Parts: sequence; C-alpha cells; structure tokens
Amino acid sequence: MSEDFNNNKTIQAQSSEAISGGGSGVGVDADYVRPAEVADQDLYHGHSFITKWIFCQDAKVIGVQYFLLATFTGIIGLILSWLMRLQLGFPGLAPFMTAEHYYQFVTMHGMIMVVYFLTALFLGGFGNYLIPLMVGARDMVFPYLNMVSFWSFFVAVGVLLASFFVPGGPTGSGWTLYPPQAILEGTPGSGWGIMLMCISLILFVAGFTMGGLNYLITILQARTRGMTLMRMPLTVWGIFTATVLAMLAFPALLVGALMMSLDNVLGTSFFMPTILKAGEVLEYGGGSPILFQHLFWFFGHPEVYIVALPAFGIVSDLISVHARKNIFGYRMMVWAIVGIGALSFFVWAHHMYVSGMNPWFGFFFATTTLIIAVPTAMKVYNWILTLWRGNIRLNTVMLWCLGFIVTFVNGGITGIFLGNVSVDVPLSDTYFVIAHFHMVMGIAPLMVIMGAVYHWFPLVSGRFLSEKLGKWHFWLTFLGAYSIYFPMHYLGFIGVPRRYFEMYDSPYVTSAVGMNEFISIAAFIVGAAQFILIYNIIKTLKTGKPAGHNPWQACSLEWLTPTVPPEHGNWGDRLPTVHRWAYDYSVPGAKEDFITQTTPPSEVAGSKVEKT
Amino acid sequence: MSDLKIEGYEFKPGFKGMAKDTSSDQTMFKGVHWGKAMMWIFLLSDTFIFSCFLISYMKGRGSTIIDWPNPSEVFGLHVFGVQVPLLLIAIMTFVLITSSGTMALAVKYGYEKNRKMCGWLILATAIGGLTFVGMQAFEWSKLIHEGVRPWENPFGAPQFGSFFFMITGFHGTHVSIGVIFLFIYAYKTFAGHYDEGKRGWFTTMKGDYVEVEILGLYWHFVDLVWVFIFAFFYLW
Repeated sequence: MSEDFNNNKTIQAQSSEAISGGGSGVGVDADYVRPAEVADQDLYHGHSFITKWIFCQDAKVIGVQYFLLATFTGIIGLILSWLMRLQLGFPGLAPFMTAEHYYQFVTMHGMIMVVYFLTALFLGGFGNYLIPLMVGARDMVFPYLNMVSFWSFFVAVGVLLASFFVPGGPTGSGWTLYPPQAILEGTPGSGWGIMLMCISLILFVAGFTMGGLNYLITILQARTRGMTLMRMPLTVWGIFTATVLAMLAFPALLVGALMMSLDNVLGTSFFMPTILKAGEVLEYGGGSPILFQHLFWFFGHPEVYIVALPAFGIVSDLISVHARKNIFGYRMMVWAIVGIGALSFFVWAHHMYVSGMNPWFGFFFATTTLIIAVPTAMKVYNWILTLWRGNIRLNTVMLWCLGFIVTFVNGGITGIFLGNVSVDVPLSDTYFVIAHFHMVMGIAPLMVIMGAVYHWFPLVSGRFLSEKLGKWHFWLTFLGAYSIYFPMHYLGFIGVPRRYFEMYDSPYVTSAVGMNEFISIAAFIVGAAQFILIYNIIKTLKTGKPAGHNPWQACSLEWLTPTVPPEHGNWGDRLPTVHRWAYDYSVPGAKEDFITQTTPPSEVAGSKVEKT
Repeated sequence: MSDLKIEGYEFKPGFKGMAKDTSSDQTMFKGVHWGKAMMWIFLLSDTFIFSCFLISYMKGRGSTIIDWPNPSEVFGLHVFGVQVPLLLIAIMTFVLITSSGTMALAVKYGYEKNRKMCGWLILATAIGGLTFVGMQAFEWSKLIHEGVRPWENPFGAPQFGSFFFMITGFHGTHVSIGVIFLFIYAYKTFAGHYDEGKRGWFTTMKGDYVEVEILGLYWHFVDLVWVFIFAFFYLW
C-alpha cells in the first residue's frame, strides 16, 4: 500500500534558504523563520473516481461536497418558505396547504436553514476548503475522519428528508421541538416525524464532531512555519471559535434529542408532565418540559453564533481585500470574536422569558444579553473604519459586504429590544421576532455567504463569476429581503402572532392582509433571484473569464498556491513560510498595494509594514 | 515533557512559557501528537454530554413528587442471606479503577518499547472493561427482573428507571466501545504495528505507541465519568 502515499521527504531546517533571500537594508536575521517542528504530512491520494470524488479525503473536495449538499437542502428550505408565504399571503389559494402541512413546513424550514444549511455551509463548506489553505497546511490533520464527517452529514440529511415520506409526515412542532406537544398526538408527525428528526440531529452532531475536531487541531497544531495565531486571517478565527462553540453546545442538543426519543419510543417521562387528554390521564407524568427548553437553548443560542462568527470572520477578510486596507483593529476583532463566543454560553434563557422564570433570572440573562452588544458593536465600528478612506472596489463582493453590515446592524438593534425582558414579553411570539432573527442570523450571514462565493469562486474554479448577473442577484436579494422583513417589524408591533396558519377575523386583519400579500410576493421574487447565482455558476464554469493567479491581489495564503485551483496537498513540494499578517494592503513605500504573507521583510525593506 | 527539544525554540517555565507557546507559530501544544490533542478536545466535548445528562438527572430527581428509591436498598445484594448494600457496585468500581491502573502501565511499557508487556496490559485492561460491562448487564437484568423499567419503577419515582438506564447505558456504551478498541490495539501491539510504524486502514498516520496513550486517555476519562455516576446515583 506504500505507493498510495507520497512519502514526503522530511523537511530539513530551511533557515539557510531564508537567509539567502533579498538582503537590502534590513538585516538577514529578520527573514529567519524557525524550522518545521512536525514532519510533513503524508496524504492518501485517491486514484479512482470513487476515491477522488466520492469517498475523498481531500479537504477541498469535502468542502465542496458539504457546500453542494448544504445548498441542496437550503433550496428545499427555500421552497418550504415559499409554500408558507403562499399560505400567509393568499390563504386558501393552495388547496393542499392544511394547517398540519403549514406547521410541518415551518418546522422543517427552520431546522434545515439553521442546522443543515448555514452551519454545514459555514463550517463544513468554508471551513474545510479554507482552513488548510489559510493556515498553510497540506490538508486537514485527519483526512479519513473528515471524509466520514461528510458522509455522516449525508446520512443525517437523508434521514431528515426521509421524514417527508413516512406515515404522518415530518414533525410539525416548530424548529424548537418543544415537548410535550412534539410527541403528543395531534401534533403533525408526532410519531415517525419527530423520531427521524431526533435521529437525524444525533447523526449530524456525531458527524460534526468528527469535522470539528479536524478544524480545531488543524488550526492549533498544523500551521505552517511563521504562522502564529495572531497572523491568521479573521476567517480562520471566526471558524475556529464557532467550532469551539459547536463542540460545547451540540452535546446539549444531543442529550435533548436522545431523551426526547426515549420519551417518544419507550414512554419515559423526562420532559413529559402529567397530561390530561380528553378527560383521561396519559401514562406520562413527573417530567419537566422546561428542562428540554434549557437543554435546547443551551445549544440554540450558541448555535446563533456558530452561524454568525464565521460570517464575521469572512466578511472582515472580504472588506479588507476589497477596500485595499488592513482590517481596523485586528486584535480587537479577534478578542471580540472570542468574547462573543464565550458570552454566548451565558445568555440562553433569553429565549425563555415567557416560559415562566424567576424575575432575577430574567434580569441576569437580560444583562448578559445586552453585554454581547459591546463586542458586536466594536466589530461593526471596525468594519466601517476599515472602509473609511479605503480604496474601495465597488464590485459584487463589496456590495454583499455592505449589505451584510446594513442588515446585521438592523437585526442587532431589534435584538436590543428583545433582550430586555419587559420589552420582550409583549413582542414575544410575534412577527417582530421573526423579523429580528431573519435579519440578524438569516439574511446577514447569507449576504456573507454570497459575498464569499463571489470572492472565492475564482480560487475554486479558476474563473470569475459574472459581475453583471452578480449585481442583479445582489440588488434583487438585498431590496427584496428588506421588503420581506422590514414590514414584519410593523406586523409584530400590531401584535400579529407568529406560527399562525391563518389570521381569520382577527382585529388587526385589515392592515395585516395587504402587507402579508406584499411580503409574500417579495419572498417569491427573492427566492427566484437565488437561481440567478446557480445559473451564473453553471455559465461561468463553461464560459467564465479565467481568473489566473491571485485575481483580487490578496495577501492571505489561500491565493498563493502554486496551482490554481489548488491540487491535493495544496503547496506542491514546499510548504509556504509566513512572515506577516494577512492584511498588508496599501502599505506606504511598498511597490504594490499588497504584500503577501509569504514575502520576507528584506524584500519590502523600505516600506512601513505592520509588525505582526 | 521536560526533555522535549525543538530546534530553534527555547522553552520557558510557567505562565510565561504558556504565553510563549500560544503566541508561537506552527503548534500551540509543543510536541503534542495531533491525535492526542484531538482526544483531549473530544473528551472536553464528551464531558459536556455527561454533564448535560447528570444535570438533567439532578433536575429530574430534585423535582419529582414521588419519592426517589433508596439506592442502598435498590442496589443491594443478598449474599449468604445477608443484605449487603452497594456490594456489586463496589466490585464494579474496583474493577474499572484497576483497569485504569493496568492501562497506565501499558502506556509506560509502550513508551519503553516493551511490546509484550504493553500488549498483555492492554489485554488485561480490555478484560477488566469486559468484566465491568458483564456486571453491569447483571445489574440491569436484576433490576429488570425486580420490575424496574425505563417508564416505571416499583420502588418509587419512575424517573429513577429512566435516568438509571439511560445514563448507565450511555456510559456502558462508552466502555464497550473502549473494550472493542482495546482488543484491536492489543492485537496491533502484539503484531508489532507500533514498532514498525505500520499505517492504519485507509489512514495516513503511521503506527506509534502514542496511540496507546491516546486510547488510555479515553479509558481514564470513562473511568472518571463512572466515579461521578457512582457518586450521583449510588451515594446520593
């Protein structure tokens, strides 16, 4: 089996090479980088279609696999949202939309978008593709485990989608899956549906753990020579912190899902109180539904930041590259990411203000929640200060970044409303909440994903996506998303409750009906606009403009591979050596407006580079 | 790790050294094998799983309206006509902790490249684990025989059965997985895979005795979790 491996030569101390570089002005010692601590990684190279493209151990292929599968599930989530809006905007138009189906679609839309789309896309997709490239590794440290991670995700998605075809259909208990309703008769999918949901989540967590261990150890233990933690691009910091959160938060979901499965299948009463149904006492009794809420939200709140932190990191890099300026306050940005991550474990009960809790408890969680606004606001200021007096390229990528800042600030401000107990109680379970979380963790991270796709597509495929189609895509999405979610704030203020199948003859119906129709039409257009991207990708793969090497003149390592797109092993014969951070843009005195991370100090002797 | 040497890197003691390692390039934990670092982080994640279980258990036990059964009676054994409380559990705990000791010795002999001793000690650990799982199966069947079920319990609160079977079952699964791996590793040790640096199936890692230590970390963790389960279930 030894021919399967490229038995890399052990790395010799390469200090001699560094010393012989340039040599004008700056002492040669400045170019010295310590020799490698760890021998070069051996990689398993696939040599059949199956080992190269299906059961592949290359992190880049796994990243693309994650990306495609997450996008596929995301499109299902999108179609479900269309069906929901069809019912809300035009009740009775679609005869198959019963109340049961409506609840099932709400549930599946929520769970798919949060877990199977955003989490899988950011961590599985971007994480796998970018981490090894950005830290200068040949691959993830455990390629085989990485492959198993993707295929666990694949099975998890399969189980989830299978619930559409089982007796009773998928669960209709809302994405929060609150017991006792989730497993009681009368809730759609209370038998098979909820069981498959729990199994799918357990599989997802197992698969994610395998991937997450890979991301963490690759970042901690497999960086290239010269790559310190504080020289890593913020993308890596965002994904790293999000992965830490996921490793600590998913256990609560796993335990909750397992206990609920047992309640459902074996008839235990972990979450089931004494229940009177049609005059009869059920077998259940003595359990605590609130316990599930605590477990769920101990997962659920960090989950918000599992989605948001990679988006923060990625958008920082995109803004810096396309504003041709270093990111403002890099260290502050890093600590803000870490701080937000740590704080996110102490705020979960702000999702439970109306569940009934000690007022001091609510006070505590309101305080911690509002404290999160501090590091978050720091990040927003830093993005704006990065743009300030930058040499901005107003291309599609930059448009998505600007769209992100706007939607994120908007969603963040409504979060301050909802973080306060006394303001939250009347707004709870209204469309204001829907507007808030779609803005802040739906649309905002989605804007970053889109920006990231336009930014890194030339790396993955070697071709530029069409700017013209990209601008159409952006403006339709941005204005359309605002048309959807901005009116929802108003709907929430007049008291329209969320998760209602129909408004019937409620007092606010007159002003809500027209608005609901408008929102629905906007939703159809925004959803359809996403297919512009798919068309753009297919068209670009065939006829797109070739991008060549480092098309955005970026500094970070992923653009500096010997071949574009990078091949398995990423770096050819020799791993890169890093001398600086990833943000040396528009440095005074330098020949070009960017200095790559691999440029030794002696080559840019006259310029005022940052000391990192 | 005091004898660790890295070319071009000077270690410093204490917090300064920690800060230096953290801010250095390439690796954060100097000289630590990738798999070992991975196992530590996995165990941290697993700690959260067991914490969630045990906290749920405390919540369930604390808020039940039906009395919790007395553990020293429920878990007692009749031996020669004498009721001995917690006898079986004491033996189980002893066996499991002992197996931790043999595991630690296996790691020591592994690093000394003493293939035979290492292999036998891993095998002894596996047999200890197997004994533990066997005794747990006996305890389960005894309780089931007495009428305890996940959904009901003749001695008091039904949640007793639910939590007991779920948590010890989850822990028992961990032990069983550990036992399977111990047998595999014992085979690999005897076959000399760690001496030759033979690669694993489909993976690129070369065999090394550090793998014994990594499995050892898992095994000690499983034992430590048992100490907590023991304290919370049997002594509370």
